[in-house]
Amino acid sequence: MSARSGLVDRHIAFLEALRSAGLPVSLAEDLDAIAALTALDWADRATIREGYAATLVKRRSQRPTFDALFDIYFPRMVGDGVHGRLEDAEPPDEAAGGVRDNAQALQDFRAELEDALADGDQETLSRLAAEMVARFGAMPGRGPGLSSWSAYTALQRVAPSELVDRIVQGLLAEGRTEEEAQRVAGRRVGAFTRMVEDDARRRIAEEKGPHHVADVAIRPTIDRLDFTSARRADLEEMRRQIYPLARRLATRLTKEHHARRRGPLDFRRTVRASMSTGGVPLATHHRPRRPHRTELVVLCDVSGSVANFAQFTLLLVFALRDQFQKVRAFTFIDHVHEVTHHFRPGADVVDVMTDLAASTAHAALWGRTNYGRAFTKFAEEHPDALGPKSSLLILGDARSNYSDLAEGTLKELADTARNAWWLNPEHRRHWGTGDSAAPTYGAIVPMVECRNLTQLGEFVHDLAR
Amino acid sequence: MPWFSSPSDAGNRLTQVGYLADPATATTAYLAGALEKPLLVEGPAGVGKTELAKAVARATGAELVRLQCYEGLDEARALYEWNYKKQLLRIQASPSDQEWSATHDDIFTEEFLLTRPLLTAIRRDEPTVLLIDEVDKTDIEVEGLLLEVLSDFQVTIPELGTVAATRRPYVVLTSNASRELSEAVKRRCLYLHLDYPDAERERAIVASQVDGLDDRVTEQLVRTVGRLRELELKKAPSIAESVDWARTLIALEIRDLDEKAIADTLGVILKHDSDHQKAVKELRLR
Repeated sequence: MSARSGLVDRHIAFLEALRSAGLPVSLAEDLDAIAALTALDWADRATIREGYAATLVKRRSQRPTFDALFDIYFPRMVGDGVHGRLEDAEPPDEAAGGVRDNAQALQDFRAELEDALADGDQETLSRLAAEMVARFGAMPGRGPGLSSWSAYTALQRVAPSELVDRIVQGLLAEGRTEEEAQRVAGRRVGAFTRMVEDDARRRIAEEKGPHHVADVAIRPTIDRLDFTSARRADLEEMRRQIYPLARRLATRLTKEHHARRRGPLDFRRTVRASMSTGGVPLATHHRPRRPHRTELVVLCDVSGSVANFAQFTLLLVFALRDQFQKVRAFTFIDHVHEVTHHFRPGADVVDVMTDLAASTAHAALWGRTNYGRAFTKFAEEHPDALGPKSSLLILGDARSNYSDLAEGTLKELADTARNAWWLNPEHRRHWGTGDSAAPTYGAIVPMVECRNLTQLGEFVHDLAR
Repeated sequence: MPWFSSPSDAGNRLTQVGYLADPATATTAYLAGALEKPLLVEGPAGVGKTELAKAVARATGAELVRLQCYEGLDEARALYEWNYKKQLLRIQASPSDQEWSATHDDIFTEEFLLTRPLLTAIRRDEPTVLLIDEVDKTDIEVEGLLLEVLSDFQVTIPELGTVAATRRPYVVLTSNASRELSEAVKRRCLYLHLDYPDAERERAIVASQVDGLDDRVTEQLVRTVGRLRELELKKAPSIAESVDWARTLIALEIRDLDEKAIADTLGVILKHDSDHQKAVKELRLR
């Protein structure tokens, strides 16, 4: 019966979309969700959303993906919803299909949007987002198969980011400080932009079917998002994830360390203890394992393309510093600069990031990445950094602007160190394309792909073990 | 008797016992009762995870059985243990002509069983809320132990057989996410992430927890805490800390939360030196 109504089909399609977006939804959870839906009242969309979330989403980082897909498969409204129709019905000239988008309409809309943004009123904002796409994002007359709604067009026309200054003024009047007002205003406009994008996606999904949108429009969860494709808001979110990640890794490492505390068999003690049982070794004795801690030298490329990746890795390594004996960090573009002193214990993350960004200037002479020169300089200026007890970690995309690669120097560095690794934030399939020297360097130092927080966490965990 | 009759009923009854739940929490609390599944609550410290379990117990008139988890927690502390001393006494006191098999059957009976929280919660006939607190602090092995309890609500004791729940308890697990729980545990639970509340709800919480605080000061306090949470701090102030702060203001008889008052009492809500400096800098306290 219910299968005929399409509800079960929609439910299953929704689950399929969640799975293909990387959420591990099992059959048991599927059944739980159905049980939850039968227990809940269908009148309220928010309740249904929470019911689905409670049964299907078991990790905080997956919630944004879930919300985006829920909005696509169970949209808030169809078309312009009740609001839009009522408004259109009242002024007859608009309903007649006349001007929906003219200078006057734009001005009125922006004034209304500014008020709503200044108040931070979510209800009004979501209504405005829908209205904005309907009015300014419509692209009638495009060919079949092409989306007829565009968040981009709407955002270009209304340009909410230009309203930031005026919102800041409003917030300053409330007695907030300058920087804080900037941050709040930026965040509100960013959230509104996302709402507009969501609404455009909803309308496209309505026309083309949800699975089409689900395949192309859903971004990966924050811990699987590529460093190189992260936006500013994503970077902030990632930065917030660093300390929790470090804490989880530290707990895991301590646990594993405890589990392996028992070292190799102590033969003498075992034999001596067996005397009291007539020479039968009933209990074995073990030597305590010597705690081994790695000395780490991190050498990272901080040129524009990979700067974010280098910063995250440095932050994570230093957040876990008590798992290592000693950590030294150097940054380079075409010259080497030591940055270890920026990582004071207990220092604020944002301050460290700012210091690091400021010190980038010391790492460059001409400003074009040159791996060969950087390695040579490192070997010349910091010969004491690497020793037989230290591990060398190089971070970078190995794109050296076709300059001399100085493979010999790298080989010497790698031989001096106990271990050496190279972390590359690019996808493996891009290695060796263009000016990438990844295959050449990869032959000298084992190269590991490290594109997101999950991969980074796994690597650092193995390193500290 | 069902635990709650609808999400709104759950919300109302939790409110009556002093726990102001948002719609998501109310819905999930209702579902945990309706589906008879354990509820896993995650979130930062001090947002009311443990309090939720206590509130459910108060709202439904159930008794709370609590298992506090820590590293090294084992079966003997979580499930059950045999009372060795009493068993030993029994063996010594038994008449010398008694067969060993009879003694054996004698000493592995209910009389010598010490029940620990998990078994206690399962064997109770009255409504019970079982709180497994900070489950992420335990070792992986304990999670395995929880699986049988959480999915079938039964415990197998080799000497006695399987003890199944006569009445399923309402199970709440809390976690600070200091370790990722195994998929097997997560699969058996409903999941709820508790976060810092919005200004409206926080004001209501502070007002309900602390008597005699001026409305205007509450407003100022909630706004300041909100501003602090927007900064990137190591540890953002939690609800528990807002409430503490409100109590501090009453104790110090501060009637107006101006910048000096904030700077003087900042230690109540921020517990890291770098957070302190940052707050002072960003909020222009000095």
